Amino acid sequence: MSLLTVENLRVSFPTEQGRVEVVKGISFELGRERLGIVGESGSGKSMTGRALLRLIREPGLVTADQMNFDGIDLLTLPEKGMRSLRGARLSMVMQDPKFSLNPVMRIGDQISEVLRFHGRLNRRARRQRVLQALQSVRIQDPERVYLQYPHEVSGGMGQRIMIAMMVVLEPDLMIADEPTSALDVSVQSQVLDIMDDLVRNKGMGLILISHDLNLVARYCDRILVMFNGRIVESCIASELHQASHPYTRGLLASVPTMDERRERLPVLDRALLEGLETHD
Amino acid sequence: MMLTTQWLLDENPQTRAQSRAGQAYRLFLALLRNPLAIVGALIILLLLVVAAFAPWLAPYSPTESNLSMRLMAPSAAHWMGTDELGRDILSRIIHGTRITLFIVLLVAVISAPLGLLIGTVAGYFGGWIDKVLMGLTDIFLSFPRLIMALAFVAALGPGIENAVIAIAITAWPVYARIARAETLTFRNSEFISAIRMQGASHGRIIFGHVMPLCMSSTIVRVTLDMAGIILTAAGLGFLGLGAQPPLPEWGAMISSGRAYILDQWWVATMPGFAIVIVSLGFCLFGDGLRDILDPRSRTK
Amino acid sequence: MIELRNLSIFYGETQVVKEVSLSIARGASFALVGESGSGKSTILKALAGQVTDWTGQIRLGDHSLEHGRDPALVRLCQMVFQDPFGSLHPRKSVDATLSEPLAIHRIGRQNERVLEAMDAVGLARKFRFRLPHQLSGGQRQRVAIARALMLNPPILLLDEPTSALDVSVQAEVLNLLKSLREDHGLTYFLVTHDLPVVSFLCDELGVLRNGELTEVTSVERLKQGNLQSEYGNELLSKSH
Repeated sequence: MSLLTVENLRVSFPTEQGRVEVVKGISFELGRERLGIVGESGSGKSMTGRALLRLIREPGLVTADQMNFDGIDLLTLPEKGMRSLRGARLSMVMQDPKFSLNPVMRIGDQISEVLRFHGRLNRRARRQRVLQALQSVRIQDPERVYLQYPHEVSGGMGQRIMIAMMVVLEPDLMIADEPTSALDVSVQSQVLDIMDDLVRNKGMGLILISHDLNLVARYCDRILVMFNGRIVESCIASELHQASHPYTRGLLASVPTMDERRERLPVLDRALLEGLETHD
Repeated sequence: MMLTTQWLLDENPQTRAQSRAGQAYRLFLALLRNPLAIVGALIILLLLVVAAFAPWLAPYSPTESNLSMRLMAPSAAHWMGTDELGRDILSRIIHGTRITLFIVLLVAVISAPLGLLIGTVAGYFGGWIDKVLMGLTDIFLSFPRLIMALAFVAALGPGIENAVIAIAITAWPVYARIARAETLTFRNSEFISAIRMQGASHGRIIFGHVMPLCMSSTIVRVTLDMAGIILTAAGLGFLGLGAQPPLPEWGAMISSGRAYILDQWWVATMPGFAIVIVSLGFCLFGDGLRDILDPRSRTK
Repeated sequence: MIELRNLSIFYGETQVVKEVSLSIARGASFALVGESGSGKSTILKALAGQVTDWTGQIRLGDHSLEHGRDPALVRLCQMVFQDPFGSLHPRKSVDATLSEPLAIHRIGRQNERVLEAMDAVGLARKFRFRLPHQLSGGQRQRVAIARALMLNPPILLLDEPTSALDVSVQAEVLNLLKSLREDHGLTYFLVTHDLPVVSFLCDELGVLRNGELTEVTSVERLKQGNLQSEYGNELLSKSH
């Protein structure tokens, strides 16, 4: 049985020119696997992630024929049920740890707070779980980090703490929106490796949202390519380089390589792509 | 050239003038969507019209006394009654709008640019310049406004001009604080570095690049402060230190009506209404302006 | 064109750049790579005159850079910043941004020059009176590049000019930077952590680690995946 079923998801926002759809009816299914959603800014990829967690606020509007998470209808679930679902079974890793951590609270207490909100563990057991979680994201001395404040750790460490905070509740599905774009390249792969390990070992589902095709290809099983609010290509990660849609092909070609011999990089023909879209 | 809404809302204006007009028109449209701001704007507009046409609108002279008609209750002949010297209160209030406007505009013209200049200079340069300027600002801020104004009027002598100067001197520190805080948020930003790299002088950066960014919050703050300025002016008038009789200043009118407040309520109440309504107008309009101009509350 | 001799830079007590010496030929495109905190941005800031607490020598062309505000710097080099959102004044239209340097230096024919600059960076003329928030990231970066070129400096400092852009837009901006260099004979000094970008845009690179220059080598070696220093190859293996 699939973990998540989404059918005809639409997200729209009002503007001076009337309602504008940023996600235009997308459908996909997800099992306990790693799914990548790739697209450029404005493609609707981040809005898709937020819509799944029902984090889109008024005046944004989310509609779908079906949005089902492990038998729970996310569309009709009251806000209270949604709150207990978020974090416990569905969690999200945001772009920049700086903005997601409370600056005046010790790191250990923040993670412990999450446990307290969702579980009935006593103080000692909570502390044990927090230390375990910190260890699981390869933090060498969890005891010390437990007592630190967010500004005392580096960006990569901050993001690992965010991930620890997410996995401490052992969610079924983790949504990571550009989890490493605020980090140094050398730290990026480290953080992603940790995330990848956790997802595999605990049998979680993962939705990795990113603009980086190669990164997604490396860490996911399946890839959805979004353009202008629609899914234009869906393929198995290892077959990404045989992608057929002109947008995907254009994106792949426009990334410079380490051994770059081309005089000019190929550029997307946006007029052509938008033309294709109206034919659908 | 046709002045149509289409021309104004053109996404790709052809000239600088068109792009400016278009921006102003968009602000105007945004204002129209805020009903309370419109109420405020209408009150201010009414104040302007009444002040402009005061001699024609007022049924009687504001200063000529007629002792046989003193302390008459509101009636068909005197809509708001008469005061202790038999002057028509409505006429005095209508003429009083000019004094109120005079005070408000003069205070705004003196204190807002002064505060803006001091705040942006302090924020932009930082270091000891900032310390000195903000120290000065804090000294002014630490006194209650009315007491400060009182002290200045006492030193300069009573009279409406001195009241204006006193209020202006007490009003600028707030703008300086706001402008400095705002300047600090972008003094190290890349667009300031970029313009500095192009060889712009400090003066050019402050006047041409820093100030325009502080302008909208200052305008909003000034509009919101108008009510306070009117009240301070009225307070000084009430204490006999602002406008001197027989000038129909609203605060002074309340003050002279105080003696009769129990038996002839209208003498003090009518100018009080005028103060409340005009203050409210500025408050509502200021709130509306903040919603439109403040970039933090505006969504993309 | 750019020459650094024993350049050391300090932030208060700490020395962030240690005795760096470099020489970049006229018309060359040089990349300085390293992890964050390596001091690469600090060197760029020193070249741009934004960091003044340095020792050693910085020569741009025939000019020896002074500490503090150096008026000669303006005509020698300009900078394109990383963040196209933060590097443009939010209340100034494209037109105002581009004509400002002309106004500062009292250069005439502003109208024509602004339009020429927009054409040069491939920005449609209809965007002339748009404000930054009405432009896409790529368009903004084009405005920033046009602004840097308004005074015709021989040197362009590039601070991760494409890292905030989408890949397809990155390709457009990289192409633009490449052809501008060819057309105007510009010298580029690029700071980045993105090695493929270096491979496309540059012909020489320096690897910086903890404020020290570990190697200076040709980009050809980068293309072959074989840098000189151990650290350089480590950096190479880390980026995918």
